[in-house]
Amino acid sequence: MSKSTEEYLEALYTLTKGGETASTSAISKRLSVAPASVTEMLGKLSDDGYVNYQPYQGVTLTPKGFKMAEKMARKHRLLERFLHDMLGIGKDRVHAEACAMEHALSDETARALCQTLKHPDTCPDDGNPIPPCDLRFSSCEECQKWGGESLEKVGRREASVVSMSTLKEREEGKIAFIRGDSKVLRRLLDMGLTPGTKIRIARIAPLQGPVEIAVRGSKLALGEEVACNVFVEVAGAQVRLKTRHVTP
Amino acid sequence: MTGKHLTIALAGNANVGKSVIFNHLTGSHQTIGNWPGKTVERAEGTLHFDGYDATIVDLPGIYSFSTFSLEELVTREYIAHEKPNAIVNVIGASVLERNLYFTLQLLDMGIPLVICLNQIDVAKSKGITIDTQKLETILGVPVIPTVASRGKGIHELIQGALDVALDKHETRQNTVKFGDALETRIEKLTGAIESTQFNLGYASRWAAIKLLEGDSEIKKSVRSKSESVIQASEPMAKEIEDIHKESCFAVIASERYSRASQIAADVQRQEKVQATFSDRLDWFATHKVFGYLTAFVVIAGLLLWTFTVGNYLSGLLSHLLSFFESSNPMLTGSIGAIIWNGAFGGIVAGVTLVIPFVVPFYFVLAAIEDSGILTRVAFMFDNFMHRMGLHGKAIIPMILGYGCNVPAIYGCRVMGTRREKLLAAFAITFIPCTARTIIILGLVAAFVNIQWALALYAIDLVIIFALGRIALRVVPGQSTGLIMEMHPFRVPYLSVVAKQTWARTKSLIFMVFPIYVIGGAVVQGLYSLGWLGPINNALSPVTVTWLGLPLITGILLVFGLIRKELIVLALVPLLGAANFSLFLTQTQLIVLAFVSMLYIPCVATISALIKEFGWKPAAAISMANLVSAILLGGISAKLLTLAF
Repeated sequence: MSKSTEEYLEALYTLTKGGETASTSAISKRLSVAPASVTEMLGKLSDDGYVNYQPYQGVTLTPKGFKMAEKMARKHRLLERFLHDMLGIGKDRVHAEACAMEHALSDETARALCQTLKHPDTCPDDGNPIPPCDLRFSSCEECQKWGGESLEKVGRREASVVSMSTLKEREEGKIAFIRGDSKVLRRLLDMGLTPGTKIRIARIAPLQGPVEIAVRGSKLALGEEVACNVFVEVAGAQVRLKTRHVTP
Repeated sequence: MTGKHLTIALAGNANVGKSVIFNHLTGSHQTIGNWPGKTVERAEGTLHFDGYDATIVDLPGIYSFSTFSLEELVTREYIAHEKPNAIVNVIGASVLERNLYFTLQLLDMGIPLVICLNQIDVAKSKGITIDTQKLETILGVPVIPTVASRGKGIHELIQGALDVALDKHETRQNTVKFGDALETRIEKLTGAIESTQFNLGYASRWAAIKLLEGDSEIKKSVRSKSESVIQASEPMAKEIEDIHKESCFAVIASERYSRASQIAADVQRQEKVQATFSDRLDWFATHKVFGYLTAFVVIAGLLLWTFTVGNYLSGLLSHLLSFFESSNPMLTGSIGAIIWNGAFGGIVAGVTLVIPFVVPFYFVLAAIEDSGILTRVAFMFDNFMHRMGLHGKAIIPMILGYGCNVPAIYGCRVMGTRREKLLAAFAITFIPCTARTIIILGLVAAFVNIQWALALYAIDLVIIFALGRIALRVVPGQSTGLIMEMHPFRVPYLSVVAKQTWARTKSLIFMVFPIYVIGGAVVQGLYSLGWLGPINNALSPVTVTWLGLPLITGILLVFGLIRKELIVLALVPLLGAANFSLFLTQTQLIVLAFVSMLYIPCVATISALIKEFGWKPAAAISMANLVSAILLGGISAKLLTLAF
């Protein structure tokens, strides 16, 4: 895939946050490209099945495009974390640097970066969530234990998983992946959030507060910082992103 | 009567009515203390039944044995090393699956077990009926249905527990098996542990499972005895991980839960029911408008109730006590009389403060807690607490702080990490307890106006939030997120409420009373000897110059170290008048109340901090209180001069 395809998908990932459609002019502004070239590129992306594009009606990502875009966003944000946390580069400069580096980053290196950084959940400059990887792991602990064996043996998820904190009331899902250290993971497993468990969102506290979920015949409240790292499979999952407030 | 002394322990999840059962079994024969060396409460009592005496131990409410918390560690160590004759596993009938997850772990521990299937009425209201006979067959242990809140089934439970403890019951405990891949390895490892014949305390099967899970505590104690068992366990865990493609801990948790889920599905029948009253109340209490309103009304109502009832009872009591002797601070006269007056004043203060104000406060708070409303408040305020490095559960000890800071600091144990406990305790020291409220009422509400008194409370909340945010940056360590079971609403159990009220009142009586009495006598004695006189002058740069208060307030602040409300009470003899407005300006009244509100914690609170956290954190928190009181007090003095 070409570098510019990746750039377009990444821009669309951010612009279509929350399910909106992106306009040609917004894309042209974000990527500093002439509107005519944007139209041409969108036609190409549409032919390749990455976007739904009707002239004058805006653009949305297809599931295939979304998966690709999510991966790029992940690499980008992981790199930002790396540049900021490990190399001490200023918040205002990490975005441009990461943009230049992300295209050369292999999946293996992205995974190693994620492990070294202790599976971070937000990027440093604007607090956007870092999407989870698409490997078929159910926890970071598992990824850690997998060691250096080929990633192809792990397998990849077919559908994207979504963070529990992006679900709405009464929506249902199945636990797929829990991000974080083993202490929180073990506690959640003990409370019954084992991989494959069905959950239903019973209630969401106002002001980005905790979510209350119905699980295993009982109700459980999970703080936002816990819920945002629990990823579920949802039937007919759509593009779903939410900016998490930056917490110190 | 065999003369054999029996010990029976109660174990189970939180909020399934374990305490109610405990109260039924032990009546008034209870002692509440700490587990040795741990800041975890240990409740013990005696059961007299049918000629037998049994010690009943109420273990903390937990969900698992993963040593995620001190409670879990204490429970498993108790079971392994003190080996009770029987364990009564109290489970909530309405949340069977989650509760069975814990039961299955107890079964793996191989201890004599009785299941108390409690709250079958709650289950019924949710349309759930349970076939206890079937559950008994599957688990291989007696299952006794109870409704503890109405005393139903308690007699049978006692009988059942004694039978098991005395080995009368035919034991054919079934350890519920895991999947093949896991089970064969568990059995192999169990065999390996048994062949080494060392005494771990823990059942071999349970230890084998914990080794596979990678439990560090168990690994350590096994390693000290046999390296070969550890060497056998590690490749086994790796094999399981390769087969299941998940970490061993997750495999075990998943399989246990799927067994629990299967058993629950086999024994329970669910009928459709309409939304219950509890559901509707739940909707209301977590609504984005009504929820916060409920929280506000509950907390404000609690405080209002406390001060209305407290004032009335306190007046009555001090009237009664004044027949004996005047309890107003006496600062002139013979030294003996002054010391006696100080000590007596301490007793009176204790009686007229603790009993009328604090007891009604605790009583209603315990009722609110037991009803489930506080769980909703914790849910609604989690996000505010999060900004102070805490989570929703911290709201409970913080509300408790409005009664007295001492039990509130012990209440911080509900928090997960030491850092969270410390941050919560820090916030609590700024919460105006009843004694401080008396100052606010006595100085500001009485001589300025009620609006200013309420404003002080509101300002206090802002200060707590701001200082909490600062403390968050200073205190190292981790904070955890909220993970809390949401229990359905219920009518509070009187016995639980009474017990909770007593437990909290007791810590006041044993900690606060002696300090009141001795401290009161010492400070008044020192004062009358003239030893404290120079303090007024020494403190004058702070009190007079910076805070703009009269010179005598220096000594008041020293008195306040022992008993906060002495700041108001001692003002009467020092000024020689009860109408403070003749001697103090409005600004001075407000500043004095404000400083007293934030000022260094009283000695009882400091000693509670030392007990829970050690000297250094206690000193740091006290200094933070003192510095912020002086700093903010001075600033407010300057600002108020402009306002009045």
